[in-house]
Amino acid sequence: MRAAQPTATTRRLEAHLHRRARWRWPEIVFWVAALGAIVVLPSRAALINEILIAGLFALSLDLILGLTGIVSLGQAAFFGLGAYSAAILASKGFADPTLGLLFGAAIAAVLGLATAPLLLRGGDLTRLMVTLGVSLMLGELANRNGWLTGGADGLNFSMGKVLGLFPIGFTGQRNAALYSFAALFILFAVARRLAQSPFGLALAAIRENRLRAGALGIATSRRIVAIYTVSAAYAGAAGALLAETTQIVSLDLFDFHRSADVMLMLIIGGAGYLYGGIIGAAVFIVLRDVISAATPEYWEFWIGALLVVLVLIGRERIHDFAVRAASSLAPDAARGDAA
Amino acid sequence: MLTILFDGVAYGMLLFVLASGLSVTLGLMNFINLAHGAFAMVGGYVTALLMNRAGVPFLVTLPAAFLIPAILGVALERTLYRRLYGASPLDQVLFTIGLVLMAMPIADFFLGDEPQQVNLPAWLSGSATVYGVGISLYRLFIVAVCGAIAALLQIFLVRTRFGAQLRAAVDDTRVADGLGINVDRIFAVAFAVGSGLAGLGGALAADVVGGIDPSFPVKFLVTFLIVVTIGGANGILGALFGALLLGVLDVAGKYYVPSIGGFIIYGVMVVTLVLRPQGMFARGDGR
Repeated sequence: MRAAQPTATTRRLEAHLHRRARWRWPEIVFWVAALGAIVVLPSRAALINEILIAGLFALSLDLILGLTGIVSLGQAAFFGLGAYSAAILASKGFADPTLGLLFGAAIAAVLGLATAPLLLRGGDLTRLMVTLGVSLMLGELANRNGWLTGGADGLNFSMGKVLGLFPIGFTGQRNAALYSFAALFILFAVARRLAQSPFGLALAAIRENRLRAGALGIATSRRIVAIYTVSAAYAGAAGALLAETTQIVSLDLFDFHRSADVMLMLIIGGAGYLYGGIIGAAVFIVLRDVISAATPEYWEFWIGALLVVLVLIGRERIHDFAVRAASSLAPDAARGDAA
Repeated sequence: MLTILFDGVAYGMLLFVLASGLSVTLGLMNFINLAHGAFAMVGGYVTALLMNRAGVPFLVTLPAAFLIPAILGVALERTLYRRLYGASPLDQVLFTIGLVLMAMPIADFFLGDEPQQVNLPAWLSGSATVYGVGISLYRLFIVAVCGAIAALLQIFLVRTRFGAQLRAAVDDTRVADGLGINVDRIFAVAFAVGSGLAGLGGALAADVVGGIDPSFPVKFLVTFLIVVTIGGANGILGALFGALLLGVLDVAGKYYVPSIGGFIIYGVMVVTLVLRPQGMFARGDGR
């Protein structure tokens, strides 16, 4: 009988994985800076709140697109569902934000679990179409069931205080941003842990080569269903946050452009290392704010142009450049991110 | 009942012409061109502007609505699209979404966000009663034109030398190249035809959808994609059947069960993709 003695190789692997799991100083700086921005710029709290929520939404896409390599044009389905779930719960008198957040995420996760099997067949195009179809159907469903969702008029409701202490919404923009920040940070930490767990490594294997991952004994279908469910919950949480902090939901939450925008954010920031969505959301929203202040009707043009240029130059090349820049800045920090 | 069926067929035919170009680029060439609707928008604008500002008769504008998007398509294909033929689907999606995002503000900037109406000539705007069935003349015209286009396209792809070369080039670019087929030129022509058909479809659709406006590329993008997905990516006939099926189901659904009418096309698509990921009418070997 040979017990699983740690060999030199496994010990080295273990050490490597532990090193990867440590929080490095650029990350700490990142989060402190984000928190600092809320405190220092109270007048821009609404914008920061929007960035944080969009960042969480983009993070949800990164879980499936960046980590697992599953393309989706239908994240808006979960975003909208989470938002409406939280809104409806609040309008029925359960106005506690934390409860609404969990409820929105849970309902979205159920839909994710139910629709995940649709992703297991066909190629990328099929996945794009199925996810898009699901989100459009949901939008139509919300439109048709006006008794529950308010239909085209949307839904107005009032929200309780976070933990019974801090009012959010128009009177408490900074509290709202802090609330979103807390939610984003906790969910990010969970996602980060998830990405570095054996489960996350299996997802990376699926991304690189699903066939080979299967041959290695990874239950690829179950992993995909699981991560899609988690991603749906994240998108639902983002939607719930948006609903709670703006206290209004409308049908455009399910729109195609929501799914497209979140993909743009993730691509701008770079997929696969979790921070990309948040950075991309910040770039996207600040850019939109600046451009639409200059040309209110035509800001889309510049976002489109940016996207075309981004693809033509090559996303990998930009990513490589960023990694090299980061590694010259912090030699041991970039190694783990690039993996 | 028969009127609804006919309206459904006419709508389906229209969808077919709008989407047939996409089934050339997406289906045959495997390029996910989400900017397809932008070419349709250009065609619609060409017809609307020629009629309203230059007083050109409707029928005369149609060739222009084909040619101008076709030329635009070739220009874009030569400069931009061809760089992405081998790229991943994600890159193609991002690139073409970028083009759509640019096309809409451009149209808005030059033409405003008011819908540009196409005023049909008198001989097309009435309706006739055939065996007790009320039929709009314009819909009849659509069915005739689109039917002719479908037949021509099928002959073009299946019977001509060019069609054979195109299919060869798509199946295996390198071997086709080695056999002396000018793959570059073939792809450029195919792309031009696809864009031109989109433009023609946009021109024909302008009246039915209540005018062309800058949001056209996004409003109908999903419908195009659904037609091609349901029809199965490879083949004109598949797209034709898919379009007809969708047209009839959509019109009938909105008439008989308005409460769920809007879902029907999405539902059909999702069910199709789950049962047959390659499309309902595809050959066995989907890519």
